[in-house]
Amino acid sequence: MLKRAQALFLSLLSLVVLLPIAGSAFAESSASQLNMPQGVTEVSQAAYDIHMIMIWVCTVIGVGVFGFMFYVMYAHRKSRGAVAENFHEHLGVELLWTIVPTIILIVMAFPATTALLKVYDTDNPDIEIKITGYQWKWQYEYLGEGVKFMSELRTSDDEVYGREPKGEHYLREVTEALVLPVGKKIRFLVTGNDVIHSWWVPDFGVKRDAVPGLFTAGWAKTDKPGTYVGECTELCGQGHAFMPVVVEVKEEAEYNEWLANKKAEAVEYASTIGKEWAPEELMAKGEEVYLQSCAGCHQADGGGIPGVFPAIKGSPIALGPQIGHIAVLIDGVPGSAMQSFADQLSEVNIAAVIHYQRNAWGNDVGDVTQPIDVLNYKQSK
Amino acid sequence: MAHGPATLADGWRAYIARWVFTTNHKDIGTLYLWFSFAMFLLGGAFAMIIRAELFQPGMQLIRPEFFNQMTTMHGLVMVFGAIMPAFVGLANWMIPLMIGAPDMALPRMNNLSFWILPFAFAILTSTLFMEGGGPNFGWTFYAPLSTTYAPDSVNFFIFAIHIMGASSIMGSINIIATVMNMRAPGMTYMKMPLFVWTWVITAFLLVAVMPVLAGAVTMMLMDINFGTSFFDAAGGGDPVLFQHVFWFFGHPEVYIIILPAFGVVSQIIPTFSRKPLFGYSSMVYATAAIAFLSFVVWAHHMFTVGMPIAGELYFMYATMLIAVPTGVKVFNWITTMYKGSLTFETPMLFSIAFVILFTFGGFTGLMLSIAAADMQYHDTYFVVAHFHYVMVAGAVFSGTAAIYYWLPKWCGKMYNETMGQVQFWVAFIGFNIAFMPQHFLGLAGMPRRYADYGLQFADWNMVSSIGAFIYGGAQLMLLYNVIATIRNGKPTTEEKTWEGAEGLEWTVPSPAPYHTFAKPPEFK
Repeated sequence: MLKRAQALFLSLLSLVVLLPIAGSAFAESSASQLNMPQGVTEVSQAAYDIHMIMIWVCTVIGVGVFGFMFYVMYAHRKSRGAVAENFHEHLGVELLWTIVPTIILIVMAFPATTALLKVYDTDNPDIEIKITGYQWKWQYEYLGEGVKFMSELRTSDDEVYGREPKGEHYLREVTEALVLPVGKKIRFLVTGNDVIHSWWVPDFGVKRDAVPGLFTAGWAKTDKPGTYVGECTELCGQGHAFMPVVVEVKEEAEYNEWLANKKAEAVEYASTIGKEWAPEELMAKGEEVYLQSCAGCHQADGGGIPGVFPAIKGSPIALGPQIGHIAVLIDGVPGSAMQSFADQLSEVNIAAVIHYQRNAWGNDVGDVTQPIDVLNYKQSK
Repeated sequence: MAHGPATLADGWRAYIARWVFTTNHKDIGTLYLWFSFAMFLLGGAFAMIIRAELFQPGMQLIRPEFFNQMTTMHGLVMVFGAIMPAFVGLANWMIPLMIGAPDMALPRMNNLSFWILPFAFAILTSTLFMEGGGPNFGWTFYAPLSTTYAPDSVNFFIFAIHIMGASSIMGSINIIATVMNMRAPGMTYMKMPLFVWTWVITAFLLVAVMPVLAGAVTMMLMDINFGTSFFDAAGGGDPVLFQHVFWFFGHPEVYIIILPAFGVVSQIIPTFSRKPLFGYSSMVYATAAIAFLSFVVWAHHMFTVGMPIAGELYFMYATMLIAVPTGVKVFNWITTMYKGSLTFETPMLFSIAFVILFTFGGFTGLMLSIAAADMQYHDTYFVVAHFHYVMVAGAVFSGTAAIYYWLPKWCGKMYNETMGQVQFWVAFIGFNIAFMPQHFLGLAGMPRRYADYGLQFADWNMVSSIGAFIYGGAQLMLLYNVIATIRNGKPTTEEKTWEGAEGLEWTVPSPAPYHTFAKPPEFK
């Protein structure tokens, strides 16, 4: 029985050694991804190349070392009559296995350095995009273009909590994707608004931490149009798994058209701020905004989570003067998780959500908050 | 013995008083070992909750908020509650026996350093029941998620960390004092068993870095309660400062965990190879080199944080260097087996699995050191797989090997070899099913600490969860084996349990008497 167990042991161990090799072979042939993606940029290709070099170096060393070990375990076992020798040092081999690995490492340092220099080659971009991580969404700002928008998860809670079947793009879909043109060098300037996030697109080989108070730079340039999905890779609270990155790379003409549309939208939007909105309109829009931007913490019923996130239902702020309620959304509450929404939501959306909060769930204040009130508060500061 | 230890026969008051007031290194070692096993099961239970939730995409069992508490508590309990105290327990039991000392140098402090630990973990665990929940910011507790955005219970977490740190520092001072002052005549430093050497070096690491951790959590405490802005960018602080301070503690910490494991394996492999450890002095130097390097590589945990390229290059090169002394150790273990007379009892199986799986984790560690590739690996399941290969297959396998190896010496009973080997195979297979697929998940792009994931990761997550449940079951088998051995094991009274065993601990009777080496032995 023990003999059989030992044979099993050997075969399993070799399986462990061989798996990464099998893994790399699989990745090239099948859709079930086991290996790092090669991606579509120079940086991701460089990361992939150095990754494969390392895998092969480690595999060769591993096969050699473990192969010798298995031979020893087979040949020098007591049950085969092996008698122990008594040697316990040998300066020659000890020097050899110190010096040879050092040389291997020095050789590997060259491609590793070259690859890293590529990652840091962020100079002379054609387009610059500021990326800000929020709990739990991304904001993209096209610097110098006047275009700025939030990108949030589009997958519904019903799918997450199993009340509805999960769609094909489960947790890989956002309200508005980052749009980039092909063939242009794009520099990403990544920062955080509240806690640390990390903006990652595997196919670009770009992973940059979004640290409040600090900008980190990455870059990408690709010739392949398509949709590339990434993730937030730094623990940022309960919504960490629910703030994907989606990037659409378009042909240049398409991109220009998209950008022109976004600019026109911004101009058109400015004209709606002065408009008087009907309470029903605000209520409907407010509910939509609330569920998207507030319910994550304050809950869909406005009840909050005791001890963590305060309730809005019946809260002194929601029932108090309108100006105080606007102030909380525009300024945030320093020292708490309540952030400023001044840059995240438009004046219309802020007005709508305040109106909703003051008039939903039995908070029957009865007043109406107009976008112009929000704008006035902003400008009074 | 005039005053033997109180047993249950003396009444339960006397029995409890014995354990509470004990200054005996064996009793305190036993307390540490049982405590760490309890924490191991607790941390394991958290892991089971994590893997159950990740069994399928979507949130089925718990909320993301609680999931984050589970990942945090799993890490904290395993690192500070299970692995570290387990090796302190082994040190308490074995170091005096190995160096021929009657007890630890500072027995009362020894008692204190153990008995504050249960309070630290009671405080830490109680946060789960507090309003707002327990720590939910990862075991690395990066600010400002752990300061401005933390639940109120973070203050209890900070207090618990302070107590654990005090316990570790006291334990380490005790080990250093014992080894420096209480070695038997003739036991020079370069004749000490390697387990003792690795622990001395570990103890120095602990004394050096636990105060740094205490500093980090104290700065958090100030930021949260006293209006400072060490880590708050809005007040002129820097969240990245936290990471530098934390990892200046955190990187040596991982060697604190693994070095004693190296020591255990360096005791066991020669025993079952019936051949002295190959390259003893190079083992000592390699351990010291690893310990030194551990202080100068911390920012390789922060390659994506936006360091200047010169910093990245330095930390990459320095990290790659660690492969050299680590490789020396692996080569030494294998050469120890070479031309030996090998048998494969349970401790040896765990030790061989340790060498293989730890080396595998070392390979992925080397890959992670390459900064350009780390941009893709960082904070994905590839990292999770890597550190479980070195922490679980490294530290936990080695600790398990130590239990089987020294259990006959501790309790005078022999474990059931078949049961031991069965437990080994279940653990070995379960471990690899649980963690090998996590490499694939990470490379394919699944970030760590995700409560939920896209459908493309579903298959390997399910496999990983099944493996985790098997591995969890293996730990219950270990518990059963230990209890069954203590209660019904075959009595063994011979001093030398294992044919090939060397060292002073195998010159005392089994079970080791309550007081040993009242007169120092002569060591040649």
